[in-house]
Order: sequence, then structure tokens, then C-alpha cells
Amino acid sequence: MLSIVEIDRGTPAVKSDRQVTLHIDGYSISVPEGTSVMRAAAQAGINIPKLCATDMLEAFGSCRLCLVEIEGRKGYPASCTTPVAEGMQVSTQTPKLADIRRGVMELYISDHPLDCLTCPANGHCELQDMAGVVGLREVRYGYDGANHVFAKTNHGDANPHFAPKDESNPYFSFDPSKCIVCSRCVRACDEVQGTFALTIQGRGFESKVSPSQNDRFLDSECVSCGACVQACPTATLSEKSLIDRGQAEHSVVTTCAYCGVGCSFRAEMKGDEIVRMVPNKDGHANHGHSCVKGRFAIGYVSHPDRILTPMVRQKISDPWRIVSWDEAIAHVASEFKRLQATYGKFSVGGITSSRCTNEETYLVQKLVRAGFGNNNVDTCARVCHSPTGYGLKSTLGESAGTQDFDSIESTDVVMVMGANPTDAHPVFGSKMKQRLRAGAKLIVIDPRSIDLVRTPHIEADYHLKLKPGTNVAILNALAYVIVTEGLVDEAFVAERCEHDAFEKWRTFVAQDMHSPEAMEAEIGVPAALIRAAARLYATGGNAAIYYGLGVTEHAQGSTAVMGIANLAMATGNIGREGVGVNPLRGQNNVQGSCDMGSFPHEFTGYRHVGDASVRASFEAAWGVPLYDEPGLRIPNMFEAAIDGSFKGLYIEGEDIAQSDPNTQHVTAALQAMECIVVQDLFLNETAKFAHVFLPGSSFLEKDGTFINAERRVSRVRKVMEPKNGYADWEVTQLLSNAMGYPMRYTHPSQIMDEIARLTPTFHAVSFEKIDQLGSIQWPCNDDHPLGTPVMHVGEFVRGKGRFMLTEYVPTSEKVNAKHPLILTTGRILSQYNVGAQTRRTANVMWHDEDRLEIHPHDAEERGIRDEDWVGVESRAGETVLRARISERMQPGVVYTTFHFPGSGANVITTENSDWATNCPEYKVTAVQVTRVSQPSEWQKRHQVFSNHQQALLDAAETS
Amino acid sequence: MNIERLVAMANDISRYFASEPDTAAGVEGVANHLKRYWEPGMRKQIVAHLSAGGAGLEPLARQGVEKLAELDSKLRA
Repeated sequence: MLSIVEIDRGTPAVKSDRQVTLHIDGYSISVPEGTSVMRAAAQAGINIPKLCATDMLEAFGSCRLCLVEIEGRKGYPASCTTPVAEGMQVSTQTPKLADIRRGVMELYISDHPLDCLTCPANGHCELQDMAGVVGLREVRYGYDGANHVFAKTNHGDANPHFAPKDESNPYFSFDPSKCIVCSRCVRACDEVQGTFALTIQGRGFESKVSPSQNDRFLDSECVSCGACVQACPTATLSEKSLIDRGQAEHSVVTTCAYCGVGCSFRAEMKGDEIVRMVPNKDGHANHGHSCVKGRFAIGYVSHPDRILTPMVRQKISDPWRIVSWDEAIAHVASEFKRLQATYGKFSVGGITSSRCTNEETYLVQKLVRAGFGNNNVDTCARVCHSPTGYGLKSTLGESAGTQDFDSIESTDVVMVMGANPTDAHPVFGSKMKQRLRAGAKLIVIDPRSIDLVRTPHIEADYHLKLKPGTNVAILNALAYVIVTEGLVDEAFVAERCEHDAFEKWRTFVAQDMHSPEAMEAEIGVPAALIRAAARLYATGGNAAIYYGLGVTEHAQGSTAVMGIANLAMATGNIGREGVGVNPLRGQNNVQGSCDMGSFPHEFTGYRHVGDASVRASFEAAWGVPLYDEPGLRIPNMFEAAIDGSFKGLYIEGEDIAQSDPNTQHVTAALQAMECIVVQDLFLNETAKFAHVFLPGSSFLEKDGTFINAERRVSRVRKVMEPKNGYADWEVTQLLSNAMGYPMRYTHPSQIMDEIARLTPTFHAVSFEKIDQLGSIQWPCNDDHPLGTPVMHVGEFVRGKGRFMLTEYVPTSEKVNAKHPLILTTGRILSQYNVGAQTRRTANVMWHDEDRLEIHPHDAEERGIRDEDWVGVESRAGETVLRARISERMQPGVVYTTFHFPGSGANVITTENSDWATNCPEYKVTAVQVTRVSQPSEWQKRHQVFSNHQQALLDAAETS
Repeated sequence: MNIERLVAMANDISRYFASEPDTAAGVEGVANHLKRYWEPGMRKQIVAHLSAGGAGLEPLARQGVEKLAELDSKLRA
């Protein structure tokens, strides 16, 4: 079922410079050339009956309802497949057409149940609507003959055409008896999602929709994105939530709180209850598509694990005490004041959340800088994309991706490095697949055979399956080929980049030690393949690089980001549509939390705290003197805590005990602190070490903005009251007031106004403007009043682009006899990050356990079979997982996801980090893997500790 | 803070700047990076460690910390 508020014009919009004028039912209409007659009519408010057409899909022309008469043409052409022509005279309603349409509908209805009043689609069923529109008054054929409607025939035998409901998918139901075989679901799966999980099986009357080889939906290749459910014109595919609750009565546009794609959704509501989430057709990031997480996995908001009242305890071995908001806030303020009085001003700090809104993030860093009087504030971007900020600022001049997602429509060569878009950024992954199916070339640089390497109708032209830790080496080898084979875009470089820095880089990278031949043994990729990929990237037309945490989460993460920017500048692939450097951000608001001044060394808009004029502007606005030196980064906070100099931490929506590396080191640091305040939806791993728990609010319960990977600022809108009583920005404000630094905002829009006043790249951003435009890509100011889809056009943000040297320094994390394998980590589609949200939804049906993927060769050497329990040991720690034998990894490399706390993936990861930003080297850990029969010592301790903490939670009492 | 960790971090920084053909610029690079991104307490500690012999610091890191001590007026206070 389509959204209850969107208008369906039948076929997609067409872009053309030429307008064509035609006459439909006597009205003169001008539309872009290539538009269908159906869409042209719809634009004029004339609705031609239709069933198999919807504007989320290409025209198909099968239902025969949308026939029209066109002067001078024979017969009755389908308006969905007929493009407009100059001067065309179209009639959409004639007695003959009415006859044909009634006949068609009569046939449809003769094989469709007549249970409209009790049907979940009632009120929004397109079949029902069309029966009404064509004036169907009788069905002469009866139901005695062959049909798909009844389980039994007239004679009481089983009906061979009947198929029972498939309820296997947790989120939607498939009722074949209501199917009209319009193929909209099949085409949505192909065209929109690109999974090709559905097909029409059989011919003629035997035709039916079949997931994979006639499997149940859950057992098929279906990724549960829901595009088919949205496309279905009847109740055949229906959300179970719709079946349970009935039709929504209003719809609110908001932004998804999962990954960095930042999909726009319509929350379709009944009062304050969500009936369904429908991706917004007008959403600028997603254009009406979604994934299983955004559309379906929102049940965590009302999960019984959610904590709705503040709690306090003296020691982490004490039971929790349920207290009022007043008491909790007063307690935190008095504790933080005590700590600062006892241990000094710098003994406390805060962590902002990349899951919260910009306004909330901004307030936390303001509280730390202005309220605590220090700069000890950091955010989880520290452990994911901090190298992006550093690397892109150094080279291009701005800490953000250069393009919008739609830019890929003009890309000829897609290079994906250390990213897995079909799992981690699925909606953009689908868009990328659309472009690849349309003919763009693909280079994948990844140690693992991600799905993109070979997926229906797509095969990578080059998969450079490098050894983990050799990103910089391969980037240098690619650059070597570009420089030594004369593939540099000399004109671009001469005009747009710093001359001396370029010449220095060119000399550096042209040294033979960087050649593919010299490095192939180190990198593990044949030199010829590297050369071919470099040539394709440099000469294949518009080339765009998309990268993720496989680039940043390394000891040389920042160097690799600079290496990527160097490649783009050297080949002139920057500053226009179709090209660029595109970091795929992990969490919904990673870009925003960085923009909002969450890093300890900079204010909003990436301006160093040591910059006197910037600091003066904040001092004037905030009314207090501000510290001019960088504060502690998250890993520094841990070190300082163990040292005894850092004692109190306010953590908003971040689970450092699960997500940060070397868990045992992190938990030792947490235990060394005197006041840990966790503000979250759930008692997460960190909260088990906390002294104060402040309940957080979900994205559905507050107003604000998120910024996605394209720098797109989108509105988050409150659709229900905060179940915990306060939105997160209100909690921070209460705390700040109690600390003695007054904040008096009455709505998040006032916070954005303050951000805009203080931040040049946000000067023209306001809630009002976002409401007008739908979304805005920063920079948005007097120079760019409508925002900036593509950056660095004509000139780099820093003026001239700067090439940076990128010496390859092999990681100190090396394999040896004791730890002969390299462990690398990644994500899976159905789960999100630490899993706090998705583990509390039915998404666990797809992934309920993290597994260790191991190559058959390595497995055989160790006597490991599929499903065996295996111990994974590094120099930092040991954990136990079940093995999955897989050839996705090359021999010598093992892989796991990290969505479940008990998996202990971060017990194994080490303290190694990026030289520039301290972003952890998650992607390279030397390990040994052995068959075992029981959990690791850490897992046993973790289980006991978690059980104890759960008991302390269950014993929570109101004092 | 754990001085071995600080030394390792300073060495990591110096290895990036090691490819700089002009050594003086490399030294400058290390010192500026430390000044811009390290919290003052950490800077003080690494400078003090250098005064005490600087065990574990690689040559460029050592020079960088020396330079840091020079240009970082606050550390002298």
C-alpha cells in the first residue's frame, strides 16, 4: 500500500530540456519530453484508471485499465507506456473505454475475494478504488470455476491454485489469494531494491508471485526492505502492523534514526500510535525507498527493556534507586561540582551522541565547554570517521563528503573502498546498484567479497582483494600508475591545486618503491589488476570514490583518506556531478555530531578552540570565558581515568563499553571513575558501570535535525510525547541549569538559530527554511542560500587543493606464530551497530548471533567445521564465537560482526589507533583461532556481571 | 597517563611526517600536530618524559617533542 497522503502519478518523472504540449480531454498540457500520457494527465489532475502502474516503477503495461484513445492512432494504447507527442489529442473517458475497463475489472474481481469490509487494505485498496471508478456493477462469471480465492473447490477437494498466507516474515504478510499478478512487487524488488528475490512463476492463469524458488519469504533471498509491500495495490502484501491496527489517519514526515543515509519517512499514525513507516517519495536522500531497519525495526521504542525513570546508585554494586527527575539532576550536578572541587576543573567531561539530534549534541558540548569550563568533550565519530574529518580538511578544506547521493546518476566509474553499502547503507546501496545495472563500471577494494562484487546483474570489473592494513600501499600504487603513465589531469591540477604540494607529491609517489609490482606481495593483489583499476579510475569518465570504515579504522586511517583525496584531485574527479570523495557515514548523525563541535579541539564548523576570534564569538554568545586548549579524546579519557585524574563522565546515547576497542581496558577505566552518568533508552553495557541513569527519548519523541552523509540537514519531528517525560535536549538543559550555567531554550529551533548565528557554514539554516525546502545540504549561507549539493565547484573550500604525502607505514599489529591470522570486522544488513535497537526487534530473525567467518583452508588446518565453537585470541583478550566456513575471506583472514555484546568482538581488538585522530584500528587484529568447548573467561565473567546488573535493575526501588 | 601509550602515539605521528623531504618541516609537523590535538596535560607529560631521557621516542618524534617544548609557551609556565 502506498502512503496515505502521497499522490501517485503512475509513471516516474522524466527529466528533459524539451517541453511537449498535448491535449488531454480538451485541456492543453505541457510536460517534459518522454513523459507518459498517464503522468501528463495526472499532472493536469486527470486520473486515468490504473492497477499495474505506479510512479515508483517503470511502466509495465499489463493491466489494460489505463487504455486511452488518441486521435489518429489505431486501437486503445496503454497510457502508461505511451510517451507524449507534440499536438497529441488524447481522450481518457469514452463509452468504448468505459466498456473495456469494466470488462477488465470484471475479470479481475471474478478471481478476487469479496471480503472488502474486513480486508486490511479497506479504504486504501487500489483494486477496490478501480472497481468504483469504472462502475463495476456485476460479476457474471461466478466463483465456481478455477480460482485462487478458496482453499477448496466446489467438490470439497483441495484447490490446486490456492496458496495459503505466508506469515513467515515478521513484519509483513503475503496472502496470494488477493494477488492480481500486476507484478508491482516483482518490479519493486528488481528496480527499486535490486535484489531480484521475487518472480512471477508459471504462465497464464497459473501465474503467481514466488519468492526465490517458491520459498517462504523468510527463507528466500528477500532482504525485507518492504518495497514490494509498499508497491502492492491490494492487501496481498500488507504490513502486519497495518493488519493489527487498521488504517492510519495522519502522516508526519521525519528522518530515520539508523544509518548515515538519513532516509526521509512518513510516520503514518493513528493518534500517537504508529501504524506504519513509509519512505517519503519526496525524501531527497532516499526518494521513497527504505531498508528493513528504517521501515520495520522501530519496535524498540516501546520495548519493555526501555527504562523510563531516572535511577541513581552510590556504587555499581548497589541496587538502582528510582528517583524523580529533580533528584537525579540535583544529584548529578552536586557530584560533578564535588568532583571538580576535589580533583580540579578538568576531571569531568562529556560524550555527545551521533544518534541524537544536532540540537542535543550541540547542547552537550556547550554544557562541557561553558558549564564544566573545559573542552573534555568527544563523540563516537572518534571511533569511526574522525580520520575523514582530518584527511578531507587537510586536502580539500572541509571535513565532509563532496557530493549528494543523486550525483551517482552521472557516475561512470564507481570505486568502493572499505565499505559495504548493500549491508551498511542499504538504500544508497540500492541506488548504486541501479547505476551499475545501467552500465557504470565498478572497482571494489576490500579484503572481503562483499555482495556488490557479484550480485544479480552486477559484477565488479575489478575486485582488489587486498590484505587488511594495506590501504595506503594500494592507494600509493594506484597513484603511482596514474602519475607514471601520464594519466594526471594536468589542467585541473594546474588550475585548482597548490603547485608545490603537487610536485612534492608527484615526486614522492612516482618512486618505484610505490609501484604495483614492488608492492604486490605486501598488498596481496596482482600488479596487473592494480594497474588496470588505476587506468579505469583515471580514464573511465566521471569517477567517484565511496568509502567507509574499512578505510578509516586503521592505524593509517587519516593517511588513507588523504590518499583518496589525492587520487580524486590528480584525476580531476572533484567539483562537479558524478565524481567526488564520498565517506559513507555509519550512524544517522555522525556528520552532524562532528559539525556541531563535538570534538575536543574544535567548535562548530570545525574551527579550532585556539582560534582567538572564533572563541571570542562563542564567549560573547555564551557569556563565559572559554578554554583555548584541546580537551581529552575518548581514549585519552580512559587513560586519564585509569591514571586517577578523570573522574566524571556524562554520556549521551553512546555505549563505549561495547563499541570501543579493548573492552577490558575500557571497563577498567569506567570502574576507576566516581560518577558516570548514562543517558540512554536502555541499560546498555556502559550503563552497567554507571552511577546515574537518565532515561533518553527516541527519535519519534522529539523535534530536531539530523545531518546525513551528504551534509543534508533534515528534520526530525515529534510524533508522540517522550515516554520518559523529557526530550534529550531538555535533560541536558536541566543539568546545565543545575550546574549553574543557565540555558533557557523552549524549542529546538532556537538552538538551531544559535548554531546558525555562530557557524558560517550554517548561517542560513533554520527549521523554517528546512520546512520550506524539505532538506538543506550545508554550506547554507548568503553565498549558498539554498545549500550546496556538490562542494568544491570552481574552487576548493580551502582555496587550492593540497596534495598530502602518504607514506605507507605497515601496522605494528603483525601476524606471528602465536597469532597467525588477521581478524577484521564489519556489519550486517539486519542489525545496526551495537544492536541496542535492532536486537530488540524481530530483526534478530535474520541475525541472532555474531559468527566468525573463516576460510575453509584455515578451518581445515584447525579441524574446525561449520557451527563449531571457536576461541578467537589476540594479545588483548579472548572470546568465543561459532564458526561459519566461508570463502568470502582470503586464507589468513577471519571476519566477524559486532552486534551482540556477548560476542566480545572488542575484547579482542587492541589499543592501536590512527596516528592523527586516535580512531581505533578495529579492522586489523592478529589472532589465533582454535576449536573450543566453552565460552571464554571474559564471556563467563561478562555473563555473571550482566546477570548481576540485571538483578540490580530488577531490584530497583522507589525510595 | 600511561607514558608508553603517549610515546607510542608520538611515534605514530612522527612516522607519518617521516616522508617529508624537508626534515625541518617534518619536525614542525610533529610539533604542530601535538600542539593542536593533544590536551595540555599530555603535552606536558611527553615533554617531561623527553627531559628525563625520552626512552622509546623515535628520532623524529624526539625532535618533534623538542620543538613542541620550544613553541608551546604554556608548557614552560
